[in-house]
Amino acid sequence: MTEQTTKPDETATLANSMRHMPDERGHFGDYGGRYVAETLMPLVLDLEREYRAAQADPAFQAQFDDLLEHYVGRPSPLYFAERLTEAVGGAQIWFKRDELNHTGAHKINNCIGQILLAIRMGKTRIIAETGAGQHGVATATVCARFGLPCTVFMGAEDVRRQSPNVFRMKLLGAEVRPVTSGRGTLKDAMNEALRDWVANVDDTFYIIGTAAGPHPYPELVRDFQSVIGKEARQQMQDRIGRLPDLLVAAIGGGSNALGLFHPFLDDADVKMLGVEAAGRGLDGNEHAASLLGGFPGVLHGNRTYLLQDEDGQITEGHSISAGLDYPGIGPEHAWLKDSGRVEYTAVTDEEALEAFQLLCRTEGIIPALEPSHAIAAVEKRAKEMPKDAIILANLCGRGDKDIFTVAERLGVEM
Amino acid sequence: MTRLSSAFAKPHPALVCFLTAGDGDTAANLDALVAGGADVIELGMPFTDPMADGPAIQKANIRSLGAGTTTADVLAIATQFRQRHPDVPLVLMGYANPMVRRGPEWFADAAIKAGVDGVICVDIPPEEDDALGPALRAKGIAPIRLATPTTDDKRLPQVVAGSEGFLYYVAVAGITGMQQAAIESIEANVARIKQATDIPVAVGFGVRTPEQAADIARVADGVVVGSALVDLVAEHGADAPEHLRSLTASLAEAVHSAR
Repeated sequence: MTEQTTKPDETATLANSMRHMPDERGHFGDYGGRYVAETLMPLVLDLEREYRAAQADPAFQAQFDDLLEHYVGRPSPLYFAERLTEAVGGAQIWFKRDELNHTGAHKINNCIGQILLAIRMGKTRIIAETGAGQHGVATATVCARFGLPCTVFMGAEDVRRQSPNVFRMKLLGAEVRPVTSGRGTLKDAMNEALRDWVANVDDTFYIIGTAAGPHPYPELVRDFQSVIGKEARQQMQDRIGRLPDLLVAAIGGGSNALGLFHPFLDDADVKMLGVEAAGRGLDGNEHAASLLGGFPGVLHGNRTYLLQDEDGQITEGHSISAGLDYPGIGPEHAWLKDSGRVEYTAVTDEEALEAFQLLCRTEGIIPALEPSHAIAAVEKRAKEMPKDAIILANLCGRGDKDIFTVAERLGVEM
Repeated sequence: MTRLSSAFAKPHPALVCFLTAGDGDTAANLDALVAGGADVIELGMPFTDPMADGPAIQKANIRSLGAGTTTADVLAIATQFRQRHPDVPLVLMGYANPMVRRGPEWFADAAIKAGVDGVICVDIPPEEDDALGPALRAKGIAPIRLATPTTDDKRLPQVVAGSEGFLYYVAVAGITGMQQAAIESIEANVARIKQATDIPVAVGFGVRTPEQAADIARVADGVVVGSALVDLVAEHGADAPEHLRSLTASLAEAVHSAR
């Protein structure tokens, strides 16, 4: 770095910036790309063209900002978790409160951006995949808001496990299509959404829920989610006049983490930690840690780290958190891992469950199980850091959806 | 002349028959296709996430993987097929990840040793050709590209430029084994593609009956049939060969006499 960090927009012009990826072919180093069937290739090229036009259109950005402020409820607060900090004993723990967004998670930021693109492209039907149902609910929400028909593909097993979110989507007017192919989980839902898209190329827009898939999805999802990090960066400057020492976020596909990290990538003094789901432990097969326990490969339109066997067959991830239970990861994370800019770690189901309860009791916040993984990692790191150090974690979702899972794990009948 | 170019140099259109490797007794089933008159064999490499396939081939993938089929097994099936049928072209069809898992050079080397003539990879479009194409070409294996109804005139030159052996025209925007495209649309698109390339054009997706196959054979160099054959394997199990031979024979008669 040749320049002291000032504003994100200034650092972004540095020649050695890490914020200029992907390249014009949608590659993040060896990762990313457009590994789709030829039928979809013209569609993703169209999407890229339209996204470039939207980026250059102040009216698009203005409408996005307006909806984020008045519909989603942004900016989300930056919060100093005083009692948690005290309980952990170490660095100051701050949270970016994206769980306070409309629909209860960061997912809505991306859905607002993508539905505006869909409308701009004249598409009249929306499809999406969902695992735990959070992205499905956020997609159904923006479809209701803009009056577009919505079909959400959800693994049959997840439909069974996440019935409250299924009902929410239906209330919002979406059709929820249970997917029975494969094992009936998130990756199968994504396969089925791709099959639907390939058969409905003229009128349908696919709102992908995380920073993965064929280019330009990883880039545009990251950009829409970057509102998290841009706000946090400004809020930190305003509140304490400096940037945090460490950023922490949970990673499934990785969109909330990229949203927080990306605006800080050129701030050399800000360290970053991505937290994968170690499930029942990284030493077996029952985890969802693609970066720490997987190998590079090609799935769902991009080259990235995948949970797979020696023949390249995709294996099923496991996590207590259905939102982290995906065998892949956004390609930008794969690149950030190899480059060493971001450190990655993993947290088990048990540790996440402990952290979930700790936050409930110390701060009066019921977090989703996804950010509970981040909180567990924060606890470990905070203890090793001085009291004047600052950790900022993304509280990317609230835990209302997870109380049934947690109750079951704690042996409580509801 | 390669095995593939010989198959398309016959005085009649070519019948291309698909089966998923490791789904049932693949050796016996492939022999039945050859006995029935198939001109080119397309052998599917099973994958956990066959995104471009409809229910019939999805289930075949699941059955094959459920039976424990590995990449080594697929290559062994190809090797043994080549020993039994020295002159019948054999094409591997599948998805990128199993093909590039050990590196594209490894795969190309293993495939050429197994007697494979061409490779169709669903999810490597021209934009990502580097991931596999150069390795295949270096070994003399034909990378067979797909063109679709969404491949417009602007893209078409890029798609045909890297394709060898034949070009696979996907007749419908959709997945395998589902609806059939109108013959008028197929005819117009094949004519459009043939203006852009000299390599043969085979048409597939949604072709199930001899009548459909004959209609397409009148306007294309080849016809690909997959799901209808895979359905027979699912339905008849160990007795599949006689049914495969019978359907292939009627398809071959229809295709070979179409023009």
